[in-house]
Amino acid sequence: MSATLVDLPPDPILERRHEIQQRAAQTIGRRTLFSRLFTSALVAAFLVALVPLGSVVYALLEKGLASISWPFLHTLPQQPSLIAQNDIGGIGNAIVGTLVIDVLAVVIAIPVAVLVGLYLSETSSRVGNFLRAIVEVMTGLPSILLGVFAYEYVVIPMKTFSGVAGIVALSVLMVPVIAKASELAFRGVPQTLREAGLALGARSSRVSRGVILPVAMPGVLTGVLLAAARAVGETAPILLVVGPTVSNTWDWNPFHPMSALPLLTYGYSGSQYASQRAAAWGVALTLVTFVMVLSVASRVVSARMRRERR
Amino acid sequence: MRVNAEIDQPAPKSDVAERIRRSATSDRPYKFLLRGTALFFGAVVVVFVWSVLHAAWPALHTFGYRLVTGKSWIAGTGPYGALPLIVDTVSTTLIALVIAVPIGLASALALLYLIPRRLRTVASSLVEFLAAVPSVVYGLWGLWFLVPWFSKTLEPFLARLTGGGWPFNGPQVGFGLLLAGFVLAIMILPTIVAISRDVIATVPADLIEGGLSLGATRSQVFTRVILPTARTGILGAIALGAGRALGETIAVAMVIGSNPQIPHSLFSSGATLASTIATEFGNAAGNEGGALAALALMLMIITAGVNAGARKLTRKAQAH
Repeated sequence: MSATLVDLPPDPILERRHEIQQRAAQTIGRRTLFSRLFTSALVAAFLVALVPLGSVVYALLEKGLASISWPFLHTLPQQPSLIAQNDIGGIGNAIVGTLVIDVLAVVIAIPVAVLVGLYLSETSSRVGNFLRAIVEVMTGLPSILLGVFAYEYVVIPMKTFSGVAGIVALSVLMVPVIAKASELAFRGVPQTLREAGLALGARSSRVSRGVILPVAMPGVLTGVLLAAARAVGETAPILLVVGPTVSNTWDWNPFHPMSALPLLTYGYSGSQYASQRAAAWGVALTLVTFVMVLSVASRVVSARMRRERR
Repeated sequence: MRVNAEIDQPAPKSDVAERIRRSATSDRPYKFLLRGTALFFGAVVVVFVWSVLHAAWPALHTFGYRLVTGKSWIAGTGPYGALPLIVDTVSTTLIALVIAVPIGLASALALLYLIPRRLRTVASSLVEFLAAVPSVVYGLWGLWFLVPWFSKTLEPFLARLTGGGWPFNGPQVGFGLLLAGFVLAIMILPTIVAISRDVIATVPADLIEGGLSLGATRSQVFTRVILPTARTGILGAIALGAGRALGETIAVAMVIGSNPQIPHSLFSSGATLASTIATEFGNAAGNEGGALAALALMLMIITAGVNAGARKLTRKAQAH
């Protein structure tokens, strides 16, 4: 028996396996070295990606803090003159404009977006899928297109630049973002909770209001805060419709032309006066502070959500 | 006796059954509300698309196909030919992708597998922070720091590499396609990292362990198991990044030099579709408003196409 085995011709598969094992053993040193270098390069690439972030943050703090003071935050911008080139005033009206425009835009966007999200989460019809596709494509469209839209349908009929036009552009910008986030949050609510509510005899509207919305609230809120953080920093759409890049008047009325922080940053960055160009960093730092408050809030909310899920 | 009497009596009309019946019917307002809002939003989108079409119509009517194929764009007087803008838009996006894709994929792999577990949360939030910075701030940073660095250090260095030949020829002023592409790369990096990280995370652990158990090293597992498996989703992530780069406006407008021309080198100044709308819309007179709206229409068609494609790819990746 054993004699016949020895006499058999060599097994090609076994041979091949030996060959492979030998090659693997021979090359393991080289391969490990290459792997070490490769993975170090990956980590290095990640660190390189963080360099611009560090540079931006450093520039914002170093140059921004230099121009920010209490009067800077609550007075009007001033046109510097040749004899008083450093009298540039403050950014009070831009802060007011940003607050008015963004708060109103969020207030308008939330109900529409949450209802669209609810609709999308409850439907799987062809119409629903089509709307979902539209929502997703809308989230990726360049924001400047909404500026063109608001110009055509708000600025031209009203015959003036206005905060309202900015509100229209930004709320249309935010709706798809919030709708997508809330659809995901609503879909994450366990089906059993929904059924328990219905089994108690509640109408779907009562189940949505009393069960689904409270459970999904952190997810919806994260979406709202992220959308708001994005909208606050948007320059392109409001550049077309809100008002001049540097405006020297107070106005709380959104039906009038307004100022806004991103607009002023853009306006100052190309100014002929060095004092205004430097102050652009102060405006930018104020703007980034708004954005950071919103995005840190959204991280806190989503972290709490994750803890509750556990 | 007493009990029987109760049983014999006709059952009182069930309150519960009544409420169930009523709830089924009176839910209509709710359904109407949801459908109505969805319809309203759909209508807004239609009006939005219509507004751009409507604004572009006069220019489309007057200039026709030359709006797309014309080789020169001169603000204020015309002619209005968008070819240089389209070329500049595509080339800045390609430059951005060439820089951001390798770094983005490397970062995604590093975030998932290489960075110590304790640091991972911090590292991901740093990348998200990169996404939160408004584009006008990137533009400002580009103006102050990158323009001098490009014109004094990077561009002379690159020009020496090719001996002043293509693609690094021309005046070294900082403003231009290369700088715009560089700034775009930074801005789309978080998108590419976040999406490709999510896709790569769905690669089954069995496959990775299978590779490792066969004696493959980490780098072999990365390049021969993980990346090929996640290929579709990574393409989707890249397409999403490209979509963002194509439509990015303010940061590009601040650093590209606003000079619509067909580029002759990477140092050429230029102007993209979006940046031209931003810089010229305020002073547009006569035909130019319509021509700018036509640019918006082209931008809408291009980015909607790219985004729809990206969506299909990421969807397909999730289905696996």
